[in-house]
Amino acid sequence: MKTRYSFGGDEHVYVEIDEEMSLDAFFKSMAMSNAVRDAKIDGITEICPANASFQVKFNPDIIAPDDIMNKVKSLEAAANMAEKKMTTRIVEIPVFYQDPWTHETQMRFRERHQDPTGTDLDYAAKINGFKNAEEFIEAHHSQPWFVSMVGFVSGLPFLFQLVEREKQLQVPKYLSPRTDTPKLTVGHGGCFACIYSVRGAGGYQMFGITPMPIYDPEAKVKYLQDFMVFFKPGDIVKWKPINQAEYDQITAEIEDGSYVPKIVEVNFDLDAWNKDKVATNAKLMEALHDA
Amino acid sequence: MTLKIIKHGLSTSIQDLGRPGYFHLGIPMSGAMDRFALRTANMLVGNDEGAACLEAVFLGPEIEFEQDTCIAVTGGEMPIKIDGIVQETWSSFKVKKGQILSFGFLLKGARIYIAFAGGIDTPLDLGSRSTYPIGALGGINGRAIIAGDTIPLGDQSRAKSGLSIPPELRRLPNKPADLRVLPGLYWHRITEQTQDQFFMDDWKVAPEADRMGVRFKGGTEFNFVDREPPFGAGSDPSNIVDGCYSYGSIQVPAGKEPIILHRDAVSGGGYFTIGAVISADMDYIGQLQPHTPVKFIKVNMEQALEARKERQDMLTKIRTVLDE
Repeated sequence: MKTRYSFGGDEHVYVEIDEEMSLDAFFKSMAMSNAVRDAKIDGITEICPANASFQVKFNPDIIAPDDIMNKVKSLEAAANMAEKKMTTRIVEIPVFYQDPWTHETQMRFRERHQDPTGTDLDYAAKINGFKNAEEFIEAHHSQPWFVSMVGFVSGLPFLFQLVEREKQLQVPKYLSPRTDTPKLTVGHGGCFACIYSVRGAGGYQMFGITPMPIYDPEAKVKYLQDFMVFFKPGDIVKWKPINQAEYDQITAEIEDGSYVPKIVEVNFDLDAWNKDKVATNAKLMEALHDA
Repeated sequence: MTLKIIKHGLSTSIQDLGRPGYFHLGIPMSGAMDRFALRTANMLVGNDEGAACLEAVFLGPEIEFEQDTCIAVTGGEMPIKIDGIVQETWSSFKVKKGQILSFGFLLKGARIYIAFAGGIDTPLDLGSRSTYPIGALGGINGRAIIAGDTIPLGDQSRAKSGLSIPPELRRLPNKPADLRVLPGLYWHRITEQTQDQFFMDDWKVAPEADRMGVRFKGGTEFNFVDREPPFGAGSDPSNIVDGCYSYGSIQVPAGKEPIILHRDAVSGGGYFTIGAVISADMDYIGQLQPHTPVKFIKVNMEQALEARKERQDMLTKIRTVLDE
């Protein structure tokens, strides 16, 4: 990992922790962006952590660009020493794989896809060496994922699967982006999963849909009444496959306010995970059983 | 105090100075694309500089006043009419209940700002009235205005009229427009020859221009420095592991057509960026019409800060002139 610093115009400092995606890069980026926040530097207006990088927006009328750059750089050594542990939460997100809505959208934009003869899941299964879509789906939901960035648009989470690099599911984006994606589509691009928080354009492959809203500016969804955005970096996600009947049931419960997302507080220790991924993941997922 | 929208033009939205502080959640600052024009329009009618106004692009709206008030229009050049009679731009004047505000054809620039005494008084979302339709925030129920809307105005007690911005302090981009760029971010990803060529080429504003970003075409396709694609980045040489985008940053998907992200920017993504347009020139971008010839000018940080200071001095001058 080699940290690279740059200005983004006269109002941003951009810090790339690593060119490659890894949990180590994510943890360092989070440790450093937290350190910048805790330092309460006058003139900083936004701190945006990303997968393997972060950005600080500043007001150059309050702090000179070189001063902010030096302050951010001075926090790197401490971030290297920071414990790679965090208290976070694991969330179970129900997913209706191979649902009719993302299927309809896939067919509408088929000419923009690498393999116009099949579905996005067929293609993903094939290029990742699985026998069929069902096997791919199994790999997708059997191990948990880490929210490594929230952004692009309104509260959209990017997720990185907690498996070794050889087991990462990798799928390219559409050849040319779609102009439409159903709200709450579970998508995939590169090594990242995402949930489209709102309807709109998108280039990620579409695998399914969740009935669970994750962005609600109108504060109608009960569990989003404290704040309109559900996810934050560091959240851990376990996908739970559901069928149409369960999808309809959850949708009805969200409407009448009775749906409570399954969320449990957990501790995540990167060193322990690096030592024994399977056992660490199993323990994380067990926490959900007891909920 | 209300306004009744008879025609909404092409795309007219409520904007103020935006909602900074939520970019880490993918919610951009939004707000006026030409902040200078919004500030001056507000000053002319006696409002706080950040009061909410209407931003109209290319085509003006038609509005009926349901009460007496004062208004001012700044930004792009578009004839203003009250009951069909042409009024001064960059100036504040009184209007009466029942009168109709309409506009002639756009002559210069792209966006006009209509300030009303008291400011537009729609509900705040995350501290701002600015419309961000993707996230359904601000505006009227999270959307741009449409014919039939009724828009509330705030307290009229500080209303001013009869003020005017001296012509030398009104601001519009020249043709060809110069946009000053501070190279950085992933600048090292392109060859030295492409780095030079980018600033030599004549670019043109593409029709795909909105509040999220403005695309440019007509320049030479980029050459990239060779690399092994980093894990998670994607195979195209213009891909990176998804990171944050700076406001004003210039991404060049597949090395073909540069896109400058503006006030409704996506907060991040998987395309490399070659640097960013300096803060002093961001307002200009909001006034670019499609097909406008554009030159990118390379600057360093010192020049960027100097330009920023010049812009601030201009606003200070306007404040002084209007206070006299």
